[in-house]
Amino acid sequence: MTPFDYIRPATLPEAVRAGSAPGSAYLAAGTNLLDLMKGGTLRPERIIDITRLPGLDRIDWLHDGSVRIGALVRNSDLAYDDRFARTFPAVAEALLSGASAQLRNAATVGGNLMQRTRCAYFHDPASACNRRSPGSGCDAREGENRLHAVLGWSEHCIATHPSDFCVALTALDAVAETEGEHGTREIAVDALHALPGATPEQETALAPGELIVALRIPAEAARFAPRSRYLKLRERTSYAFAIVSAVAALDVQADTIRGARIALGGVAAKPWRAREAEASLIGAAATAEAFARASELALAEARPSGDNAFKIELARRIVARALALARGGTPEIMPALPASPFSTVPGADHAA
Amino acid sequence: MGYHMSLSIRLTINGQPRDVALDDPRVTLLDLLRERLHLTGTKKGCDRGQCGACTVLVDGRRINSCLALAASMDGAQITTIEGLADGETLHPVQATFIAHDGFQCGYCTPGQIMSAVGLINEGRAGDDPERIRELMSGNICRCGAYQGITEAVLEAQKILSDDEKRDAA
Ligand SMILES: Cc1cc2nc3c(=O)[nH]c(=O)nc-3n(C[C@H](O)[C@H](O)[C@H](O)COP(=O)(O)OP(=O)(O)OC[C@H]3O[C@@H](n4cnc5c(N)ncnc54)[C@H](O)[C@@H]3O)c2cc1C
Ligand code: SF4
Ligand code: FES
Ligand code: FES
Repeated sequence: MTPFDYIRPATLPEAVRAGSAPGSAYLAAGTNLLDLMKGGTLRPERIIDITRLPGLDRIDWLHDGSVRIGALVRNSDLAYDDRFARTFPAVAEALLSGASAQLRNAATVGGNLMQRTRCAYFHDPASACNRRSPGSGCDAREGENRLHAVLGWSEHCIATHPSDFCVALTALDAVAETEGEHGTREIAVDALHALPGATPEQETALAPGELIVALRIPAEAARFAPRSRYLKLRERTSYAFAIVSAVAALDVQADTIRGARIALGGVAAKPWRAREAEASLIGAAATAEAFARASELALAEARPSGDNAFKIELARRIVARALALARGGTPEIMPALPASPFSTVPGADHAA
Repeated sequence: MGYHMSLSIRLTINGQPRDVALDDPRVTLLDLLRERLHLTGTKKGCDRGQCGACTVLVDGRRINSCLALAASMDGAQITTIEGLADGETLHPVQATFIAHDGFQCGYCTPGQIMSAVGLINEGRAGDDPERIRELMSGNICRCGAYQGITEAVLEAQKILSDDEKRDAA
């Protein structure tokens, strides 16, 4: 790590002022920031420790039934909050499928949203990487790119966003509340992460120094509580990032789908909401044929960015299977292996 | 609060209050424990959050000390493997790891044991071996002692809950 100054502000305005100076980086739990600093990908001159900012570690239920989650709430505390897990089970399942128990105990929700890509070349300062060092090129294009993007990528960058949590949030229309030098604003989680285009270094919609203070999930998303799942395929059973993942949430009444939410992880530089696929399900019966059609639509624009054509067919199957699992109903208790296709909970449809 | 050269923090480590002067804010909790406080029971495997060898309890919760900035831990209660035994009496998790051959070379063991203590505190696994394995997945064992580890955690959890029931009676 290169040397830095350490600052621990006591108030939000102080934090934003310090964080807006060039060379500053916010420190939450540090599980991503310190990792990137050790490897030399990030070299901040000033670390602004936000962990002591007051009031950001609460889960509040608002009068309209929506929930407001402070940016410093730990991933495990949110996933294990009973009311939260009952109301937004796919979000809890996504959280519990991420990283390890130790990391989830430390990691904050703000840090999870703002974590960076796991592209190996981004993590290696000796490699060319437009995202880390604009204009230097992209070593992933001709390199190890089995796990890279199949949707929304550009010639300049083919990286994926690694968060599981964000996939479920995007599906449920969650919104981030931010505070910056120019005041407060709200950004839909779906609009928080940018596709690379010609400027992959512009990773998010946040201005320099803009701090996420909370997340909100609208009350309306609770209608999916009885039928929502997160499904994540990994290269080992646990403690691994997604190769491909999907959240599926259904509102089924009298055998007809009244509402549907679908988003994919591991396929693009942002969590990928599949709105056309959702629309195709409205008014349809919840059948395997309808799910297959939706999965085709979800991947209609996909193309390989390297050695990863397999991810397209895999993603279709993960979407179709996530929908089938959602139709089967949210499990009574969290599966022993959250989000795993190999889970042994009843209702898991191994033949899908 | 702005720090440049020297930064002083207070930690309670295994029950003992310690004032620590950090000459450099870059030090992680893991390096602080091992290099400066000479508590070398906590191990460094990957130094990047990928193995669990560095697991300690911070305010009772298991975390990876290699990805925690020491300066940010100011005021915390830290428990390391050195703080588990009561004199010559091993903690139940230590005892069951021995009884069930929960290790071979032993390098991952302090992290496994601290993680198991954290898991039992969390109370989410019940007596389901699949849940134990899943919730211990943040601890890699290159020797592959997983079978013994799962058995050790299950038995330690049973001993601790029996103790609790006895204390309550
Ligand atoms: C081995 C390993 C495996 C992992 N596996 C998974 C996985 O399977 N799935 C998954 O989703 N994640 C996984 N993760 C990533 C993990 O979820 C993130 O590291 C964690 O969520 C980051 O949270 P943090 O509080 O530690 O953030 P920090 O590391 O403190 O911060 C991360 C970034 O966010 C910025 N930041 C933090 N808080 C805010 C805020 N409030 N406003 C604006 N910017 C902010 C920081 O400046 C920094 O750039 C894994 C990590 C490791 C090390
Ligand atoms: S894919 Fe993106 S992050 Fe990876 S090397 Fe290319 S530019 Fe960098
Ligand atoms: S040394 Fe901390 S996780 Fe490996
Ligand atoms: S006992 Fe050797 S690594 Fe686990």
